[in-house]
Amino acid sequence: MANMNVFAFAESRNGELRRAALEAVTAARGVADSTGGQVHAMLAGGPGIGALAEKLAGCGADVVVVLEGAGFTNYNPEALAATVAARLTGGAYRAAFFVASAQGRDLAPRVAAKCKLPIASDVTDFTVSGDAVAVKHPGYTGKVIQSFTLRAATAIVSLRPGAVLPKPNAKAGTVESVSSAIDAAAVRVRVTSTVQSEGAKLDLGEAPVIVSGGRGLKEAANFKLVEDLAAAFGNAAVGATRAVTDEGWRPHSDQIGQTGRLVSPQLYIACGISGAIQHLAGMRTSKTIVAINRDKEAPIFKIADYGIVGDCLEILPVLTAAVKEAKKGA
Amino acid sequence: MKIAVLIKRVPDMDVRFKIAPSGTAVDESGLKFDISDFDGYAVEAALQIKEKQADPASSEVVVISLGPDVVQETLRKAMSMGADRAVQLKYDTPLHDSSAIAAALAAELKTGSYDLIMFGRMSIDTANQSTGTYVAELLGVPIITAISQLTTSDRQLTARRELEGAYELIECDLPAAVSIDEGIARPRYPSLKGIMAAKKKPLETKPAQVGEERYKLDKMELPPERAAGRIIGEGKDAVPELVRLLKEEAKVL
Ligand SMILES: Cc1cc2nc3c(=O)[nH]c(=O)nc-3n(C[C@H](O)[C@H](O)[C@H](O)COP(=O)(O)OP(=O)(O)OC[C@H]3O[C@@H](n4cnc5c(N)ncnc54)[C@H](O)[C@@H]3O)c2cc1C
Ligand SMILES: Nc1ncnc2c1ncn2[C@@H]1O[C@H](COP(=O)(O)O)[C@@H](O)[C@H]1O
Repeated sequence: MANMNVFAFAESRNGELRRAALEAVTAARGVADSTGGQVHAMLAGGPGIGALAEKLAGCGADVVVVLEGAGFTNYNPEALAATVAARLTGGAYRAAFFVASAQGRDLAPRVAAKCKLPIASDVTDFTVSGDAVAVKHPGYTGKVIQSFTLRAATAIVSLRPGAVLPKPNAKAGTVESVSSAIDAAAVRVRVTSTVQSEGAKLDLGEAPVIVSGGRGLKEAANFKLVEDLAAAFGNAAVGATRAVTDEGWRPHSDQIGQTGRLVSPQLYIACGISGAIQHLAGMRTSKTIVAINRDKEAPIFKIADYGIVGDCLEILPVLTAAVKEAKKGA
Repeated sequence: MKIAVLIKRVPDMDVRFKIAPSGTAVDESGLKFDISDFDGYAVEAALQIKEKQADPASSEVVVISLGPDVVQETLRKAMSMGADRAVQLKYDTPLHDSSAIAAALAAELKTGSYDLIMFGRMSIDTANQSTGTYVAELLGVPIITAISQLTTSDRQLTARRELEGAYELIECDLPAAVSIDEGIARPRYPSLKGIMAAKKKPLETKPAQVGEERYKLDKMELPPERAAGRIIGEGKDAVPELVRLLKEEAKVL
C-alpha cells in the first residue's frame, strides 16, 4: 500500500469553494501522509473555477485536477460522476474522500456505483490500515453507532460534514486540467437552475453556532428575535423544528431532525422547542446545548447543558443584547 | 404509468435501543416496526401520481421489499394505503452493504419495465443513503436523489432538491428513478376499506439475488450519554449567568 495516492472531491457552488472541499482535502492529506502518496483534489465548475486551486493547495493538495467548462456551471451529476469515476479507475487510489453535503451525498454513491465499489456513507470517524478501512457511521437516527470494515481497492468514503476540520498544510497544488469523460451537454439528469434561498446567510452545516426556534415562538414574525440573536453571534445560522416548517414559518431546508438536517455545532440554542425525539436526532451531538422553554418539564432540558425556564419572546432580546455586549469586549 | 416503490421495514425510532448479545444488531424484542419514514413518503407520492393520471386504473403502483417474511406485514401496510401489488425478495440475514442489496433490487426491477422507480432518501435505521443510486446505475436509468418536490408528465419529470441555503431545479426524461426527501407528501393513514382490500391484493415472494458484501458490520454500540442538563435560572434574570457560563465554562462566546 506504500506510496498510494488519495483522492478528494472539492465541492464548489456558483464559482465558490465550499467548506466541504477543504474538509475532504484535509481528510485525504492525513491518509496520504501515512501511505506516503499524494493528494489529488478534483475541482469542477464553470469557466474560471481553476482560480480556486490555490485554496486547495493550502489544505494539502499536491495536485489539483481541474474540470472546467460551461457544462459544469450548475452541478452536473452525471458528467461529474463519470469523470471522477474515470479518474479513480485509472489512478490506483487508496481512498477517495467526499463530504456528505447535499452535493456530496448525491455524487459519492454515483461514483461508487460507476466504479462498482462499495461505499461508506456519513462517516464520523475512520482509520486506514493495510487493505482495510474501518469507519464509524451513526445509524438509527444517531442512537446507534455502527462500526464497519470496508474492503476494496479504493475505499470510497463520504464524511459527515464537520467530521474533519479543515487544516492549513500548504502543498504544491500543481494544476492539471482534465476534460469531461462524457459529453457534458448530453446528460439525462439536467440541473436547470440553482436558486439561492431567501435570507440564507450561513449554512446550518457550516455554522459554529445555531439558534433554533420551535412552535413556542408563536408566529413567523417572531423569528426576527431568533435572527437577531444569530446576527449578534455573527457566526450563527437559524434552524427550526418540523412544527415550524409545517406551519410555513421557515422553509423545510431549515428543519433540523430525523427527517431534516443533522447538525453538530459548537453551540446550539433551542428556543421554544419541546425536544421531541425526532428533533433531538438532528442536534444531540452539538457540543454545548442551551434551551429556553416556558415549561420546566420539557424534554429538551434533559439534554441541555444550560437551561432557562421562561418566555423566549421576553428572554431573546435580553440575550441578544448581552451577546452583543460580550462580543464587543472580546 | 407503472411505478415501483422500494420500501424497507425498520423499527420505530422513538425508543431507547439495546444492543443484542451478538453485538452486531439491536435487540428487537418489544420493538414496533413500520415502513421507513422516507419510503412512506415515496409510497404516498407514488399514489398521488397514480391518482392524477387521466385513467388511474391503467397505472400501477408496485411495492417491493427485501427481507425475511416479516416484511410481508410492511408490504400489506403499503397496499392498505393503496399500492396495487407487492413483491417480497426473501432474505433472512441482515445486510449492510448497499451495493449488495442493490444487486437484488435491480434484478427484480429489471423485469418490470417501470416508468418510475422510487426510493427513500435514506433508510432510517442503517442509513446508507446510497441503495437507490446503485440500483439506478445497474439498471442504466437516470436518478435524481433527495427530492422535495416532483411533477411528472408522460415523458418527463421535474424535481426540486434542497441544498444548503439553496435549491436546485432538475429535469429528466422517463423512465427514471428518484429518491424522496421530506416535504413531498405525508403518508396517508390506511382506511378500513383499504385494510380489507389489501388482504386480497397479490403478494409474491421470490428469493433475493444479493451481491457480495464488501462493507461489513463489525459492531453496534450506543453513543456516549450526554451529561444530565441543568437549569440555571428563570426568566430574563438568568441571562447574565448564561452568558458567563458560555464564556467561561463552555468557551463558545
Ligand atoms: C416521522 C416523523 C419525523 C419527524 N421529523 C422531525 C424533524 O426532522 N425535526 C423536528 O423538529 N421534528 C420532527 N418531527 C416532529 C416532532 O415529533 C415534534 O412534533 C416537533 O419537533 C415539535 O416541534 P416544537 O418543539 O417546535 O413544537 P412543540 O412540541 O409544540 O413544542 C413547543 C414548545 O415551546 C414551549 N413554549 C411555548 N411557548 C413558549 C414561550 N413563549 N417561551 C418559551 N417556550 C415556549 C412549549 O413549552 C413547548 O415545549 C417528526 C415527527 C415524525 C412523526
Ligand atoms: N431491504 C430493502 N428493501 C427494499 N428497499 C430498500 C431496502 N433497503 C433499502 N431500500 C431502499 O433504498 C433506500 C435507501 O436506503 P439506504 O441506502 O439504506 O439509506 C430506502 O429508502 C429504500 O427505498
